[in-house]
Amino acid sequence: MIATADQIFVLLQHWLVSFLPAVLQPVAAVLLSVVGIVAVFPTLFALAVWMERKGLGRMQNRLGPNRVGPFGLLQPIADGIKSLTKEDIVPLSADAVVHFMAPVVLVVVVFMGIAVLPIGRNMTLVSMDSGLLFFFAMGASTELSVFMAGWSSRNKYSLLGAMRGVAQMISYEVPLLMSSVAVVMITGSLSLDKIVAAQNQYTWGLPHWYIFTPWGLAAFVMFAIAATAETNRSPFDLPEGESELVAGYFTEYSGFKFALFFLGEYVGMLSISGLGTTLFLGGWSAPFSILGFVPSWIWFFAKVMLSICVFIWVRGTLPRMRQDQLMNFAWKFVLPLTLLNLFVAALLRILGDGWQRWALCSAILLLAYGLMARIGMYREHIGPRKYRYAE
Amino acid sequence: MLGEGILKGLAETARNFAGSFVSADRLTTVQYPEQRIAPIEATRDFPFLVYDGADWEAGLRCVACQICEKECPPQCIYIVKSTDKKPDYVGKQQFYPARFDIDISVCMSCQICVEVCPFEAIKMDTEFELSTTDRFGGLLHDRKELAKSNEHYHKIHPTEALEVDARLAEEKAKTEAKAKAAAAKAAAPPGTAAAAPQKPVPAAPGETTA
Amino acid sequence: MSAVDLKLERTEGWNRPPVVEPDGEGELLEVAMGPHHPSTHGVFRMDVALDGERVIRLKPVFGYLHRNHEKLAEGMSYLGSMPFTDRLDYICPLTNNWAYALAVEKLTGQQVPERAEYLRVILGELTRVMNHASAIGFLIQEMGASGTPLMYAFKEREKVLDLFEALTGARMMVNYMRFGGCRVDATESWLAGARKVVAGLPQFVDEFEQLLMTNEILMARTQGVGILRPELAINAGVTGPMLRASGVNYDIRKVDGYGIYNRFKFRVPLGEHWDVYDRFMIRLLEIRESIGILEQALKDIPTGPVMDPKAKIRGFRPKPGEAYGRIEAPKGELGFYLISDGGPNPYRYRIRPPSLINLTILEDMCLGQNVADVVLIFGSVDIVLGEVDR
Repeated sequence: MIATADQIFVLLQHWLVSFLPAVLQPVAAVLLSVVGIVAVFPTLFALAVWMERKGLGRMQNRLGPNRVGPFGLLQPIADGIKSLTKEDIVPLSADAVVHFMAPVVLVVVVFMGIAVLPIGRNMTLVSMDSGLLFFFAMGASTELSVFMAGWSSRNKYSLLGAMRGVAQMISYEVPLLMSSVAVVMITGSLSLDKIVAAQNQYTWGLPHWYIFTPWGLAAFVMFAIAATAETNRSPFDLPEGESELVAGYFTEYSGFKFALFFLGEYVGMLSISGLGTTLFLGGWSAPFSILGFVPSWIWFFAKVMLSICVFIWVRGTLPRMRQDQLMNFAWKFVLPLTLLNLFVAALLRILGDGWQRWALCSAILLLAYGLMARIGMYREHIGPRKYRYAE
Repeated sequence: MLGEGILKGLAETARNFAGSFVSADRLTTVQYPEQRIAPIEATRDFPFLVYDGADWEAGLRCVACQICEKECPPQCIYIVKSTDKKPDYVGKQQFYPARFDIDISVCMSCQICVEVCPFEAIKMDTEFELSTTDRFGGLLHDRKELAKSNEHYHKIHPTEALEVDARLAEEKAKTEAKAKAAAAKAAAPPGTAAAAPQKPVPAAPGETTA
Repeated sequence: MSAVDLKLERTEGWNRPPVVEPDGEGELLEVAMGPHHPSTHGVFRMDVALDGERVIRLKPVFGYLHRNHEKLAEGMSYLGSMPFTDRLDYICPLTNNWAYALAVEKLTGQQVPERAEYLRVILGELTRVMNHASAIGFLIQEMGASGTPLMYAFKEREKVLDLFEALTGARMMVNYMRFGGCRVDATESWLAGARKVVAGLPQFVDEFEQLLMTNEILMARTQGVGILRPELAINAGVTGPMLRASGVNYDIRKVDGYGIYNRFKFRVPLGEHWDVYDRFMIRLLEIRESIGILEQALKDIPTGPVMDPKAKIRGFRPKPGEAYGRIEAPKGELGFYLISDGGPNPYRYRIRPPSLINLTILEDMCLGQNVADVVLIFGSVDIVLGEVDR
């Protein structure tokens, strides 16, 4: 019974495919999975948009939208209809083909990244041996679409915004990769299924998730920072900041193309949260072994939505960083710490068993973090101040 | 420690988020127009003319002295004095406004007209949902639209209305006392001087009318 | 409190060549920020010439909100101009009223009863708290914190606006001060409500401070940005929190002691690094000082009339003469210069707008900075276009 609930989508797929002749069955199976993903993730996108607006509202002591549907649940649909009915303006001097292709490229690429994520037990669309590599390849392609958008608009402000965006995304690719390399090193495989399987073991009821190790926690924090920068979310949303010079690389987009950029950004957030969940939070495995009766795909989606909540929380609190400050942060702070993290991960594995290795590794990481923070802030003369009063 | 300030900020927003579900202090909006915030008594929106009794034309307090028209800073009041007279609340014959228009698209609710009126005839209303589709005529209120009863005044500004009524009653009593004294003098030997014609005493300058 | 020793030097003139030379070849990118811009506090334009990200030249262009207030006042009675002063710095209408009433009282030599002075101080300090909280909130909003601190500041502002409505009849365009006192008296229940609001303010300031003061991103973005040297500030005529953040000890409440301010104990915070962070921390500290003044005033307020019994509402004709009345408005020194020729209307009515005069130094503060910082520096000047353009 529990196993049926867990594998319900797999069983459904097999049953539907059994109606077709054997030669067509593999193709049909893949197509069905694709349909599933294309149906589920935009729904999650709508849910994420709703959560963002209500969540930000509550943090600001107000209700979010609550007129359209119960609790405003149909608001994303209303927004979608609105964006469909707007006039699609393409600037006369713009490169029309590239201008059209940019949002399409973005959406296609983020959906392809989802193809390798293990959404549940036996529920990976494409089970590759080098799934992680494929995901990063797709993730890097999103930068292409940003540049296409900025270039094709023939607008110097869009180009400025696009260049800033691409520079930011490239800078944060390196910490993103380096923090995942630690996971790969410890698991010994690039395959996401094997990474989840390695975390799906329990000691005294507690799981072996990588986030519970000192190097895993550090890597997760750095992965989260890099993921926020990759998806252009606050506090790294300077390229699309409203109160900056212009609206950034999608200034010249209106109507449905703008909605596609929006969709691409949020589904990108969902997919990179999915990757973070797979690498550090154990993917579809349950937090306690006694909770193993809950289907695996529910755990996966719960963890992804929790990550989205954290994204929204951070957005509601923090002001954005300036361009040069965020690049400095990436290259001079996060990158050295990721390199140190690799060393610490290896150290933890080499030192055998015992609690002393945990203390040593944690101490090394904390010390390095504190030292670099102090040096960084001191160099820029930044720090809290005391004020004097006139006599 | 780097990151401590950020964590404190995150804690603050989390507190507001959680608090918005349980305490009214952390969720300060109402669902207008289904719910409305109770209006504050002293609030002022646009002027209206007060009339006593049931007939608005007979009971209108305004005597068309045109002081408010002169003092109005954006000059949004337009008055045309009548040619005949009608009795006011103490019985004296007074002019009345044949036309009294206020253009509320110009009026800035500064309340100077209320302050300078010697006859307690114009007061501030609390109605603000006055939007109309007629951009010019719909926002020009004539004296029929502006005339509202004293009971309405009591409903929207109870404290003020009671003070105004007390003042007017006092004036009426004073006038009647003077009239009685004059009548008594007239009934006395006719050699004494005739009573001076009565003038309703305006509110003393500097005395504030809220 | 003795006057401040200010050494004023002559300057060559304001048309100085830019101190920052563009490096690299290529032309400068000229951008017009505004008048449609989410961060310009109103309709305001800045013509900025950029070399890459650095600002080489900046020219502020204003006048989009000019409403001819000073000329209109020459055709209107003194009382009729009072509602228009509300609309100058429309976030702080009560202090505008006070400055105008002070100027006219200087012209005519009227006395103001004590209770009215206390009420003026209470309302003025409430306005100062609200203005500084909103200024900080807007500054953080421009930094991209999606409005959360602004919403908290506005939550407090709503409570204070309700107080204003209960006393004066309107939330913003109050038209409350009169020449010789205040228009209506405050009831005991109003004073009790004011005490309750003031009692809730320290917690709000603590929460605000916790959200902001040690936030690393905030510190990184505002410290060392937009430095204004004290000599330049004094020469440019800058006043208010901007001047005090540049380290100059000049608060008109201490210098002039207008009203009854010399009865209250409060301190004047000074900045030492002269940057954007100092400007908004000074405002935060001034909120705390204002809360202290409010508590003292609400405790000591006497009973009595609130209007000079000899004051006239209509037919007000001051004798010929001139007067300049100034107060420490939340934005700086707000002054009214009146020349009377004996008639019912003033002969000349001139406003010294602190926002405009503080704005003249904007270019000097922004040269050499990143274009992303221009918005922050501009926000730290804390202007209101109603006052700049009148």
